[in-house]
Amino acid sequence: MNRTVDVLVVGAGPAGLAAAARLAAAGAGRVEVLEREATAGGVPRHCSRPGFGADARGRALDGPAYARRALREALRAGAVVRTGVSATGWAGPLTLDVTAPTGLERVRARAVVLATGARERPRSARLVPGTRPAGVLTTGELQRTLARFGPRRESVGRRAVVVGGDPVARGAVRTLRAAGVAVTAVVTGPPSPAVAFAGVPVLVGTVVTELLGRGRLTGVAVRGPDGRTAVLRCDTVVFSGDWIPEHELVRARGLPLAPGTRGPVTDHGYRTTEPGVFAVGNLLRGVEPALVAAAEGRAAARAVLERLGGAPWPAAGVPVTATAPLRWVTPGLLGPETGPLLLRPERRLVRPVLTVAQNGVTLRRERLGGTLVPWRSVRLGEQWTAGLDPAGGPVTVDAEE
Amino acid sequence: MSVTRTGPLPAGEAAEYDVVVVGAGVVGSAIARALARHPLRIALVEAADDVGDGTSKANTAILHTGFDAAPGTLEARLVREGHRLLTAYAREAGIPVEPLGALLVAWNEEQRATLPRLAEKAERNGHRTTRLLTPTELAAREPHVGPGALGALEVPGESVICPWTTTLAYATQAVRSGVDLHLDCRVEKVRPGDPYHRLVTRRGVLRARHLVNACGLHADAFDALVGREDFTVTPRRGQLLVFDKFARDLVRHILLPVPGPLGKGVLISPTVYGNVMLGPTAEDLDDKTATGTTEEGLAGLREQGGRILPALLDEEVTAVYAGLRAATGQEDYRIAAHPELRYVTVGGIRSTGLTASLAIAEHVLGLLADCGLDPGPARPLAPVRMPNLGESFPRPYRDAGLIARDPEFGSIVCHCERVTRGEIRAALASTIPPGGLDGLRRRTRARGGRCQGNHCGAEVRALFEERPYGEGAR
Ligand SMILES: Cc1cc2nc3c(=O)[nH]c(=O)nc-3n(C[C@H](O)[C@H](O)[C@H](O)COP(=O)(O)OP(=O)(O)OC[C@H]3O[C@@H](n4cnc5c(N)ncnc54)[C@H](O)[C@@H]3O)c2cc1C
Ligand SMILES: Cc1cc2nc3c(=O)[nH]c(=O)nc-3n(C[C@H](O)[C@H](O)[C@H](O)COP(=O)(O)OP(=O)(O)OC[C@H]3O[C@@H](n4cnc5c(N)ncnc54)[C@H](O)[C@@H]3O)c2cc1C
Repeated sequence: MNRTVDVLVVGAGPAGLAAAARLAAAGAGRVEVLEREATAGGVPRHCSRPGFGADARGRALDGPAYARRALREALRAGAVVRTGVSATGWAGPLTLDVTAPTGLERVRARAVVLATGARERPRSARLVPGTRPAGVLTTGELQRTLARFGPRRESVGRRAVVVGGDPVARGAVRTLRAAGVAVTAVVTGPPSPAVAFAGVPVLVGTVVTELLGRGRLTGVAVRGPDGRTAVLRCDTVVFSGDWIPEHELVRARGLPLAPGTRGPVTDHGYRTTEPGVFAVGNLLRGVEPALVAAAEGRAAARAVLERLGGAPWPAAGVPVTATAPLRWVTPGLLGPETGPLLLRPERRLVRPVLTVAQNGVTLRRERLGGTLVPWRSVRLGEQWTAGLDPAGGPVTVDAEE
Repeated sequence: MSVTRTGPLPAGEAAEYDVVVVGAGVVGSAIARALARHPLRIALVEAADDVGDGTSKANTAILHTGFDAAPGTLEARLVREGHRLLTAYAREAGIPVEPLGALLVAWNEEQRATLPRLAEKAERNGHRTTRLLTPTELAAREPHVGPGALGALEVPGESVICPWTTTLAYATQAVRSGVDLHLDCRVEKVRPGDPYHRLVTRRGVLRARHLVNACGLHADAFDALVGREDFTVTPRRGQLLVFDKFARDLVRHILLPVPGPLGKGVLISPTVYGNVMLGPTAEDLDDKTATGTTEEGLAGLREQGGRILPALLDEEVTAVYAGLRAATGQEDYRIAAHPELRYVTVGGIRSTGLTASLAIAEHVLGLLADCGLDPGPARPLAPVRMPNLGESFPRPYRDAGLIARDPEFGSIVCHCERVTRGEIRAALASTIPPGGLDGLRRRTRARGGRCQGNHCGAEVRALFEERPYGEGAR
């Protein structure tokens, strides 16, 4: 079946739903959101703890409540949200192939907003050697398993090791404990002592060198900073953090990825390099708080509406890249609008001096007040991009301690 | 015909078989299938809870032509024959095969000098279509190959195949044609006798007039159960990396190393699932359970792979695994008939057993006849048509007619591999249902993609745990 809509949003997480709500409310015409899961809402559906802002009366929202509210707002604005429907590829420009229980569709849109989120790298992508037993999870799978089977011990295990050092790892520890699973240790690569793990030993500068056990996991072998090795007995290991954007549709269309993030390069209007195709949320660079992803969805609506109004697609802007010790910077393109830059360091940086340069000429150089850590992004205000020339050469962002 | 997994084995006459094949890898399953053409009572007995759970699930999945086999060996003959038989069978049974052809790439003078000799060897093995390629011709065929290649030998006919479906197709066809499959049923003792050998398993005793040892790595241990000590099996580990489907466009052929004095080198090969595989290592070990990967192994593979196909290393890794080849210190198979024991050993099926499986089965039928088995007249086997796991063939999630008939085939559960609820349900209700989630993965690809279960793991597990206890599922 071939159909045409005005805006097709792929992914009904916080970013996609927020974009759809804003666009439908602004009279963008038929705004349709495709969600491959049975329920809309994205990742927050599985995070049953507060941490997702507050409702109108100031009560803290947990993930599921936040997801329900985001869905309600999109529906109330007039967006159509279809669940159990997967966008599987492109049939041409602005035309997606879709599989649903109701049949195959080819949906053409005047604008496509990709909001497909991100996932944690599994054990294999992290090249962790060893056997292939059961009991090896990511935080995402841990949360989904508990949401599906409830906090029964047999649904996860009895003794777990968590790998990773960021707030998501801390969330994994709490989730495991709440499910009655003992947490033996948190194994974290680069030093990240700022995160407390509620009494669980944190093995800093340590790497997992091998998974042990056949059938079920029996332990993980680790190597510490002094080169010493040990075996931690456990029947469950949770790999957390280490995000990779869910960029399949981006690559399937041949759109360029930003080297640091592995998300599509976009400009401040969330435009990709393909006319009519936008990208928002975690797809751009891995995990940020849901409110950040949702704000991006709303912000993208402006350029989408311009596009629907017939505005020409701007020529691709100039590339913006980060150099070590910075991991990435977004957006990856400097286009017609200016705006803030979001960036992350590879490691802890205390009061670093940041430099923004274009064509090798320093435009701004300034010491930041605080400490940068790998699990939190910093936002550089608009003033940092003010003098940049969208018709000029490549822009780099650099940091020194 | 039946499939059992738990509980006591059948007793009395139901436990008496004309032939018992021990080991349901690709080889044992092929043998059981070949025997099933005849009016015999046959059992296929397997220690693991699924067929193909040993070396047969963890190899490089190439349907070899046998161009580089040692001419005149049994292996050379059975590989050549097996290639022909399995190519035809795959078409009939729906096993995905892609005849991509291979390129043996030479990286130094010594290797380049070897290429013409390999071409001659191929000729002696009956392959006359190989061709030497200049570096320019190689670059035109494989634009992403790294700098420094000095040329290549092209071997048409080398193919990639789905190893999981192959074993499962044989075993399914055997069961549907009357074979009893007993899983989770290790044979622990054999009391040779006449007219029946008694096989003692954890689940009871089976009686066999004729016995086939298809125990793979454990063929020597099984031989010892009947008092034979003809060879020892040394596990030779092969570690492998499977890269993301986005790597698939980087390579068009199977890129084989040129064998040399410094070992075999590693290959880079597309898989029928649309991934790219890099490996295997070759490590002689003592431990027959050492199917783990190692830090050094994976690092070494990446280093070698990066030279052959530099862009490969930028792609994500979907899976890491290792398999164990059954080396016996002899550059050939160890297949032997022991007429006095009415017993055939199928050992030392080194690194070509997937390819040769159907030819090995025919060969073993002949040896059983030498051991006094009168198979009786042959009749056609029950037909099989396996669900397609190959990316180059139609998949259910793209099949409008199928989805219209059954909407569950339009409901994708495993998003990375696009596996639908319909396929998972079908696998759970199939002739040989999976014994666990890994078996389900080998039947459907569910949980086998780039996220390794992050998105679908819980849902797939729920479907598995709610599975109906259908035909043969006990
Ligand atoms: C373990 C964990 C804990 C977290 N805790 C918090 C917290 O406490 N507070 C907070 O603010 N944030 C938290 N976050 C972050 C927050 O969940 C994310 O920032 C937010 O979900 C990002 O929204 P998104 O819309 O970009 O992506 P997602 O929420 O990932 O949504 C993407 C959606 O797209 C769908 N999709 C993907 N591909 C397709 C396709 N081809 N066809 C159809 N649909 C598709 C997916 O099914 C998914 O529903 C947490 C994240 C994790 C993983
Ligand atoms: C890294 C690697 C790469 C390879 N690449 C290729 C390739 O590209 N092409 C190719 O053709 N071949 C390849 N091979 C070789 C091929 O995989 C093997 O030759 C083939 O799988 C052997 O099958 P099998 O049935 O003999 O052994 P297995 O699959 O190991 O089966 C033996 C079975 O016997 C069972 N068993 C053992 N003892 C008992 C007992 N006492 N009672 C009951 N059951 C028992 C075991 O549980 C096992 O399931 C490769 C092998 C490896 C390791």
